[in-house]
Amino acid sequence: MNCAECEVLLHALIDGELDAGHARDVEAHVNGCAGCAEKLKVFRAMHDAMAKADLKDKAPAHLRSRIEAMLPVPPAQASAEIIRPRQFLQPSRRSFFGGFAVGTALSAAAAATLMFTVFSSDRELTVADEVVSAHIRSLQPGHLIDVETSDQHTVKPWFDGKVDVAPPVIDLTAEGFTLLGGRLDYIGGEPVASVVYKRRKHIINLFVAQRLGTSHANVTDRTVQGYNVRHWSAGGLDFWAISDLDPAELNEFVQKISAAFRGNPS
Amino acid sequence: MMTGDAEAEHEKARRFRDAALPHLDDVYALARYLMRGTADAEDAVQECYLRALRHFDSYRGPAMKPWLLTILRNVCNAEFARRGRQEVLTETGDDDAAPEQSPLWQEPAASPEAALLRRHDDETIRGLVAALPQPFREALVLREVNDLSYQEIAQVAGVPVGTVMSRLARARSMLRSAWNVAESAMPGAVS
Repeated sequence: MNCAECEVLLHALIDGELDAGHARDVEAHVNGCAGCAEKLKVFRAMHDAMAKADLKDKAPAHLRSRIEAMLPVPPAQASAEIIRPRQFLQPSRRSFFGGFAVGTALSAAAAATLMFTVFSSDRELTVADEVVSAHIRSLQPGHLIDVETSDQHTVKPWFDGKVDVAPPVIDLTAEGFTLLGGRLDYIGGEPVASVVYKRRKHIINLFVAQRLGTSHANVTDRTVQGYNVRHWSAGGLDFWAISDLDPAELNEFVQKISAAFRGNPS
Repeated sequence: MMTGDAEAEHEKARRFRDAALPHLDDVYALARYLMRGTADAEDAVQECYLRALRHFDSYRGPAMKPWLLTILRNVCNAEFARRGRQEVLTETGDDDAAPEQSPLWQEPAASPEAALLRRHDDETIRGLVAALPQPFREALVLREVNDLSYQEIAQVAGVPVGTVMSRLARARSMLRSAWNVAESAMPGAVS
């Protein structure tokens, strides 16, 4: 092997791309050639320095959201036929078809009501699923927050023009819920505001949009994939709070937010 | 009722999401080195995922990451061609025509003191890599940042493995010259 060959092959040696035979050849040449030995040393040091350096930009959260938003999602007016992996839906589906089988005994109006109930609760579940996905996504490194501040007066204007609502940004630091910041997210392909809080190590995402699921004033509780999820509507907005916080503490959070929102809805 | 088509579409989206989204950081990182500007890089990444989704039905492997990076590279190439810029990510392997003799670079002297590799912060190293001319920058980023094998780099760049090897050798040789003359506050990219 001559120096010209060695100069190319020593990189393959550094990169672990040489078979044993060629690796031996390179090492044999390097052992007898000070120049090439020098190069191997320097290039190896450079390779190591690059491996240690952080040379890789992380994709920003808003780019991830943009890409997620262009993927087809199940339509919002999804029927009861939506394929859903979640086990807990099965009983309600069975009772729905069971109800249908005895449908002759029901008046048409009652059947329509039943169907409406099932459809709208299905929509609610679709949104709940997406809320959980959005929450999990947000927990990936670098994706939690687009605007990072504990100052509510910075977070609120940040949402201007990004979503079609002015989400209430309420400072609950004194109550033990630290405001971390805000994020633009997508649920069902629609932009929604997320206000991010933290209690101890637990992240809480509070999603706010004009219409997100089936509106009702009472707080709905559910647990999806181990996350506690709360949904309620107030002042023409839908609120979804989700966290791995324990249910009692999440309820406390919901109460504080609702109380503060009632007190000062703008 | 949800039609079979919509269902298939949804299932496809789910599979695409699972397969392609985990590589988003890799795709973005390469885009940043190829396009330089953040906004251009983001647009290229989005276009890449759009095309990947469109062609996902015909995707039969090999690995997802090099497949995505190949698409990204094509997107960047198309964008450069549209802008009529000189900087096309050459596919011909005509490396001798590449400006490796640009005045910024000197072949490393084989003097003993050159063996000492200066320490640089991450930003400086990024800047040095970003300043490498194509197609050497691309080969080095695919190797050191995206962690591809030579075979995969060959696939992404559309050249034989032998060309990948000579490009990497050239890239590191240029990087080494620049490395030792660089001040630590070296500006990012020359363009």
